[in-house]
Amino acid sequence: MTLQVLAVDDSRTMRDMVRLTLTNAGIATHLADDGVHALEVLDGMPTPDAIITDINMPRMDGFGLIDAVRARTDCRAIPILVLTTESADDMKTRARQAGATGWIVKPFDPQKLVKALKMVAGTSNG
Amino acid sequence: MADPMAEIKASFFIECDELLEALQDGLQLIENGEQDSDTVNVIFRAVHSIKGGAGAFGLTQLVDFAHRFETVLDELRADRMQIDQSLLALFYQCGDVLSDLVRESRDGVAHDIASVQPVLTALDQLIPADEEDTDDAVDFQPMAVSLDLPDLDDMPLTTDGLPPLAGGPDDTAKTYLIRFVPQQALYTLGNEPVFLLSALSELGTVQVSCDDNAVPPLEDLDPEAGYLCWEIQIQTTKDEACLSEVFEFVEGICTLEITTLGTAQPTLCDSIGADLAISPPDPEVAPNLELALPSPAPSPSPVTQATAPAPANDTRREAPRATVRVELERVDRLVNLVGELVINQAMLSQSVDAAGLSANTSVHTGLEEFLQLTRDIQESVMLIRAQPVKSLFQRMSRIVREASRDIGKSVRLRTDGENTEVDKTVIERLADPLTHMIRNAVDHGLETDADRVAAGKPAEGTIELTAAHRSGRVVIEVRDDGNGINRPKVQSIAISKGLVPKDADLTDSEIDNLLFLPGFSTATEVSNLSGRGVGMDVVRSAIQALGGRISIASTPGMGTTFSISLPLTLAVLDGMVVRVADQTLLVPLNAILETQTLSANDIRAFGPETNVICIRDSFVAMLDLGAELGYRAPLQSYVGCVMLLVATEDGSKAAIIVDAIEDQRQVVIKGLQDSYGRIPGIAAATILGDGQIALILDPIDLIANSEWRTRPPSLEQHEVGACNG
Repeated sequence: MTLQVLAVDDSRTMRDMVRLTLTNAGIATHLADDGVHALEVLDGMPTPDAIITDINMPRMDGFGLIDAVRARTDCRAIPILVLTTESADDMKTRARQAGATGWIVKPFDPQKLVKALKMVAGTSNG
Repeated sequence: MADPMAEIKASFFIECDELLEALQDGLQLIENGEQDSDTVNVIFRAVHSIKGGAGAFGLTQLVDFAHRFETVLDELRADRMQIDQSLLALFYQCGDVLSDLVRESRDGVAHDIASVQPVLTALDQLIPADEEDTDDAVDFQPMAVSLDLPDLDDMPLTTDGLPPLAGGPDDTAKTYLIRFVPQQALYTLGNEPVFLLSALSELGTVQVSCDDNAVPPLEDLDPEAGYLCWEIQIQTTKDEACLSEVFEFVEGICTLEITTLGTAQPTLCDSIGADLAISPPDPEVAPNLELALPSPAPSPSPVTQATAPAPANDTRREAPRATVRVELERVDRLVNLVGELVINQAMLSQSVDAAGLSANTSVHTGLEEFLQLTRDIQESVMLIRAQPVKSLFQRMSRIVREASRDIGKSVRLRTDGENTEVDKTVIERLADPLTHMIRNAVDHGLETDADRVAAGKPAEGTIELTAAHRSGRVVIEVRDDGNGINRPKVQSIAISKGLVPKDADLTDSEIDNLLFLPGFSTATEVSNLSGRGVGMDVVRSAIQALGGRISIASTPGMGTTFSISLPLTLAVLDGMVVRVADQTLLVPLNAILETQTLSANDIRAFGPETNVICIRDSFVAMLDLGAELGYRAPLQSYVGCVMLLVATEDGSKAAIIVDAIEDQRQVVIKGLQDSYGRIPGIAAATILGDGQIALILDPIDLIANSEWRTRPPSLEQHEVGACNG
């Protein structure tokens, strides 16, 4: 079964890159511009196997999105990867505290992103 | 397939332009004291997104600078710093540098490091390098990524995406025993142990045993609690670091013990609980503690790109509008085709008329609707090419900052009507003339701060840049509150340069217009601002080439206003088809105030060979078009001719006399500029419905030139020179 991933970033360039990376890896990708938009998209798609989200976004940031997702009984166990330009340990602690499953440092290595996804969401053929 | 990375890169630079615009908007809000709590965040995010994208394309200089800028913005965001005028000025400069770097990165031009240095130094003074989050600075390494992924199945499952280095692939396989005890948090954070085990299984041969001793009787079982732990024996050529990397995301929320059993063949671990060999991993068989949660329903929906608009109740940010990026070439092709459609429609009308059908047939009704539709299509197509002048105005804001800094005057730029839309080509070709006009306003228009104070004005000069739609045209004005044009000085310079005769008796408006003569420059010493070998004559030619006009108004002590009036589109116009001396000509409809068939009463003699037209108790000058264009000698009597009343730029009126009005229609503009250069009084040509070519007049230019001809001959020569130049 094809993995379904929701990718959230306010930068079009980043969204394009994530989509290209995931599509090349055979992963179905849904996109959203910010946290508020992501929650809307979430309502209109099958529960994704994972969410990849940026932190700094207008309207609702990545932490707000994680909170909202973890508060929903139908979505709370979705693995969430945080895409961030900060790689300091402080960042990992904050992501963990916010409820993120894992983190990827931008600019991301496409292979690493796909592997991290497999790690938290299983393989596409799993 | 086109290189997807190249496409994303091109799209990144477009996004950069949008982000830079948001950055400028934010700074402007702060400058006007209109910022809200989110303004700094918007600015921060703009710089942050530029940095993020630039990193992905390996644009090191852009990343470095954006990072420095971002660090300072972050201080502001965290309220560890207060914004003041000098900081705002620095942010504007940073925005300029960022914009330069983006442009240079796009064009592949190396950046001149030295030019950035003062800004970097200023940023460093705010946040000394040692206070900066060095971790972050070091960690954020730009990296040009390639998205040519190998086949997913062939991919070795190490987490760093790179071949393991020291202690990496080792020909001798080792055996490790891993004890993995998840804590409750591991599950609540969305981790799934079975995926970790399956990732581990891809590193070597694994034997997994699950310890279910902790599982309580059913009545005591909390379905959301984790009771299981695992022991994994793995034989692999990878080292221990590779193994622990699999558990990177669960570090701290599980107990993980990795012990080396040696290089010998592993003995199968069969002592604890139910053995579970994972090869290949099968989540259906593996214990899954997320049973309470519905699994994702399989969906037939393919990859969807979500672009749904944001909810309307959020006022903080406008809902993103769905947009499509289209190559300009395709739009232009559409514009051309619509032009052809307009001509075709005109020809069809003419054929119907020629066929002698009565006016109330269904053919006429249908034709009428066709005409309306054509017009709607044409307007819609023009809208595609229209862009707000905002980007142009933002560039001017930079020009003002740089020019005022260079020359040491305090200047404030006020803009209005930034959302006024104009054809894209017009915007692009307006940049140079407008830049020159703005520089002129700073350099010549405004007085020095001291002079202003002495004159009882605020030390800070103001330049207003406005755009507005006015009767089918776009009017852009540059207004300064300086000292106005020094007319005696202008006249004396013009005389000294031989541009006007010594004894010329010129009106204020005529003196002001001397500025547009080629070679005229009032700067006694050529400053490095406006004295770049470009005069107002070049500005005027550039505006005229766009089918526009420029005029000047000045009040001593109060300031000077330059007005540029431009057509909305360069492709089509509404025109009045007129006949004069058996020639068919076109007059742009928006230039005509009213028309009237002349009777003897309307014409009054004014001097021996001059007539004026009397309209409702006022007199206007008369221009015989046939004579003016050299088609025939002036008529003896103009009774029965038609007068087109035209307003000139300075608000006065003039009457253009033609033989008859034939029609009123939309025509496609065919430029003559490329083949014939600029022809005074003629804007362009067009093709009429019967295939005939007709010239499109520029009535204002025609009148302006004609007025000069009634002046002393020396002036006329200069004006002719101006036209040729």
